[in-house]
Amino acid sequence: MRSELRAEHGDTIEIITVSVETDGADASREFIEAAAPEHPSLLDRHHQLERRFGVVNIPNVVWIDEAGMVVRPAEAGWAGPAEYPEWLATIMEERAREAEAAGKDPMAALQAGQDRDTYADAIRDWAAKGPESEFALSPDAAVAASQPRGDDQSAAAAHFELGQQLWRDGDREGAFAHWRETHRLAPDAWTYKRQAWSLVGNEAMGGGDFGRFVQFPGPDQDWPFDGDFNTDTGALAPGEYYPKTL
Amino acid sequence: MLTETLDIDVAAFEAGTGWEIKPEGACKGEVCVPLGGGDFDPVATAERLGMAIVRDEQRGLFALGPESFNGRALPTAEAPEVVLEDLDGREVRLSSFRGTKVVLVAWAPY
Repeated sequence: MRSELRAEHGDTIEIITVSVETDGADASREFIEAAAPEHPSLLDRHHQLERRFGVVNIPNVVWIDEAGMVVRPAEAGWAGPAEYPEWLATIMEERAREAEAAGKDPMAALQAGQDRDTYADAIRDWAAKGPESEFALSPDAAVAASQPRGDDQSAAAAHFELGQQLWRDGDREGAFAHWRETHRLAPDAWTYKRQAWSLVGNEAMGGGDFGRFVQFPGPDQDWPFDGDFNTDTGALAPGEYYPKTL
Repeated sequence: MLTETLDIDVAAFEAGTGWEIKPEGACKGEVCVPLGGGDFDPVATAERLGMAIVRDEQRGLFALGPESFNGRALPTAEAPEVVLEDLDGREVRLSSFRGTKVVLVAWAPY
């Protein structure tokens, strides 16, 4: 779908994917190569997109017009169906079949909210109509629709950045202390949570294909955070994870 | 931004925060926040912009959080500059896409 969008509107619109990942190219390369994108595929290993644009989860999408004005601030969105490496797609399908067989829908709360199927249609509308599109916001409306941010969110970002530096320098406990503060101050900042959980989960798994998706403690694992993916997302009401903004 | 000292000069503050220090105040896009004149005071400026200052005592390292004075992640609709990298480590500036509509998609391998 991303490539369809590009084929339809590639002369007026550019899709740019950015991997927001502390481990940078090493962690992202396999996914980027599996998707073999025609569009620019870039890396943000310093998590700038949270600070600069208010990205709070992935996927988050920002629309920027020809003049460099944000016409839709960071929000949950999909330029098309997600493209996963084959091994991951297989695991996800297996999990979904198991859940269905058990009569459960563990993803219900996570799937609710923003409409995944029609989001790309809104992008198409904007590509065709520009500022006349009903989805393009005025500058004031774009600012007002951007993520709420006060002292706590600013401090959470500062703690995240310090934690990232300490992690890179090999000071694990120091990094964890800052990230716990980040998570406490900004419980809705999911990239800050998922990144920290993922680094620890990946380490515990000894890397491997699935390591970065292990964002919860294994049996008897010493887990340095107050929350984890299953616990934190399990406490959400439908629609809170990917809020509906369209 | 990370810094070992709070004695931050104008150039370092601008590079680290994306805010320009002008006679009318700290500016980003068309938005200027008055600073009250006088010599540049990085701590007072950070406070005026709602940037949290967090210190790691052990490392003697500070982080200035992003601005929050208007209660929103965006102080202005003008897209901030962000310098990213491609898979080969080459720098790519977001501003280099001016002239075309951009759909920026944040994702991650987690």
